[in-house]
Amino acid sequence: MREVILIKNGEIVLKGLNRPTFEKLLLRNLRRRLRKAGNFHIERAQSAIFIEPDDEAFDFEGAVESLRKVFGIASFSRALSTEKNIETIKADAVGYLADALSAVKTFKVESKRSDKSFPMTSPQISAEVGGFLLEKFPHLRVDVHHPELVVMVEIRDFGAYLHAGSIPGAGGMPVGSNGRGALLISGGIDSPVAGYMLAKRGVELCAVHFASPPYTSERAKAKVLKLLEIVSKYSGRIVCYVVPFTEIQETISQNCPEELYTLIMRRMMMRLAGRVAAQENCGALITGESIGQVASQTMEALGCTNAVSPLPVFRPLIGMDKEEIIAVARKIGTFETSIEPYEDCCTLFTPKHPRTRPKLRYVEEAEAGYDFAPLLERAAEGVEKITIG
Amino acid sequence: MPQKYAYLDNSATTQVCAEAVRAAVDAMTAEFGNPSSLHAMGVRAEKVLETARSEVASSMRCGPEEIVFTSGGTESNNTAVFGACRALRHSGRRIVTTAIEHPSVLEAAAALEQEGFEVVRLRPGADGKIAESDLYAAVNADTVLVSMMAVNNETGAVQPVAAMKKAAARAGAPALIHCDAVQAFCRLPLDPKRLGFDLMSVSGHKIHGPKGSGALFIRQGVRIPPLMYGGGQEKKRRSGTEAVELAAGFGKAASIAWTGRENIYAGMTALRAACGSRLAALDGVVVNSPDDAVPYILSVSVPGVPSEVMLNFLSANDVYVSAGSACSRGARSHVLAAMNLPGARASSALRVSLSRFSTEEDVALFCDTLAEGIRRLRRPAKR
Repeated sequence: MREVILIKNGEIVLKGLNRPTFEKLLLRNLRRRLRKAGNFHIERAQSAIFIEPDDEAFDFEGAVESLRKVFGIASFSRALSTEKNIETIKADAVGYLADALSAVKTFKVESKRSDKSFPMTSPQISAEVGGFLLEKFPHLRVDVHHPELVVMVEIRDFGAYLHAGSIPGAGGMPVGSNGRGALLISGGIDSPVAGYMLAKRGVELCAVHFASPPYTSERAKAKVLKLLEIVSKYSGRIVCYVVPFTEIQETISQNCPEELYTLIMRRMMMRLAGRVAAQENCGALITGESIGQVASQTMEALGCTNAVSPLPVFRPLIGMDKEEIIAVARKIGTFETSIEPYEDCCTLFTPKHPRTRPKLRYVEEAEAGYDFAPLLERAAEGVEKITIG
Repeated sequence: MPQKYAYLDNSATTQVCAEAVRAAVDAMTAEFGNPSSLHAMGVRAEKVLETARSEVASSMRCGPEEIVFTSGGTESNNTAVFGACRALRHSGRRIVTTAIEHPSVLEAAAALEQEGFEVVRLRPGADGKIAESDLYAAVNADTVLVSMMAVNNETGAVQPVAAMKKAAARAGAPALIHCDAVQAFCRLPLDPKRLGFDLMSVSGHKIHGPKGSGALFIRQGVRIPPLMYGGGQEKKRRSGTEAVELAAGFGKAASIAWTGRENIYAGMTALRAACGSRLAALDGVVVNSPDDAVPYILSVSVPGVPSEVMLNFLSANDVYVSAGSACSRGARSHVLAAMNLPGARASSALRVSLSRFSTEEDVALFCDTLAEGIRRLRRPAKR
């Protein structure tokens, strides 16, 4: 069987002058993601990309699974590559589409002919193939208005293709088409979802994780790496920077007002993430913050943590309910891993009565009471870099 | 593995002893037949299996026909609890057990509760022990199962298991008596027949045998439905090709542990005493286990340092203990909660468990590292 994958371009079709750049990125991403499936080549045509295996060893099912997670694709189909010969096309249609056609009662055939040297017109092709299928599958009926299945016959310059039904793509824009962002990742439900959502808009990711041994365990770090592994199936390679945070956390708890522990801690995290962002040429920070979920995420609190970042901070979950966030987490496969119960920095050292509507000046004064600069230096120097995906 | 480390989590699992490994490897490579096969290889494998069975039976002073090999404590407990209740479901509805049982008993009881059984869960005192009087009060003529562990896996507290049969007799209950002896087997002299047990669960990997091995004692004459249906192995009590190598390892481990039990127990008592005096010298360490707990399980708390934090610190310094029990993985201990342990103690509890491989150096390393951890990690109590 000469099965191929046919990709219809998504949003990038709309981009006009930017289209070549986006397409180049999509092709680069496709090549990377499909590399482990085996040897293949890519054919391009107007608003479509064909992935054609070079040999039997190509892992077709694996490729289809990987493609579901490539951003920049609206939908794709499995297609049969066949000869530009009407008899062959008819015979192949019967073989290739037998399963799909057995499962429906109504169908129609649509044909596209970009090779004008082919001796039949599109309506003629549709009629002939359609008639043949009706003969071979007596249970079928043609319905041109609302068919359950649409059989596509495409006559292109480089070959003829048969397909029916399409597989939904991941949508979004090709990763790399919209800069780089540094994702602050804890092991919770929210931050991996935030990473996924920005990657979907074409942003390449690097990640920053704060570890406080012995308050946090190796398992907590392993959980984060596992989450990034899952996100990387969508976003491509992620470099994770693990920042040693114990000293800073202990110092805050010994020198700052208890009600501000979490806020000051988050400001330190933003500063350190900003350093990593600069190193990695990122244009923005990304967090899983939502508004109103916890005490440190009131509008005033978000304002206090935001104030230390010269880079824009993207918070894609800001308007989402917990249930909505969980639904995405389940969809992308991070939820089960996120709910494993290992301490992360934010839950320890939690003040009994956190300040929920802090004034920025009060927070700045409390922070200024101790010189954190050398601690930030030491933390930045102790960073561990782990590449995922 | 690090050069110097102290493994003090033996109630979670133990290192398989060399003799058990040898027995298992022999069964895997030389006598690898299926005991149900009619040919000579099958016969030889069956012999290995039966030798293991005798070894386990000897360490319980029961007949080999009363031993059913299982995959471990959980399967034995499930088999006992479900089996007893299903066998006697026309004779009564009540299950009497305790709030401090292992989840493999509690979850099975909860499932039966959904099916219409009444489950009474006796609570321990602050010392972690179930009171005999509570047992007598709870067992009535409607009781079909009394299930209690001999030694609690989190605190080491010894439970009044001999009273189960007496309580059932006094109440005229048709109940089967089940003892989860996983943490006591081959360390305490448990004689199921003399103690009036109908069913008793044991596990291999707690006594230096392999994981995946265990057994259920079923008294002669007691019939309960099996959990595993199939080829009818273990006299139809547990179908599935017998894990000969695991049974061989288990039998060997049981034999060694049982033969040496007195010396081993004395050794662990001495270690426990040494540990106790060192801990007493530390500021702020509270012992949760009762004084008459078994010497090889010790529950202590360090109020001010959450369990997981101290555990991580100890682990980073190659000292391995557990917080509460190993199965819960981060969840709060139901045993400590049932004892009504104050919050600061429950959330900072650590379990230290010894085996015959534990040494004075292990105990010393633990105590020294704990002291260091207390110095570094203890937060003053919040105002």
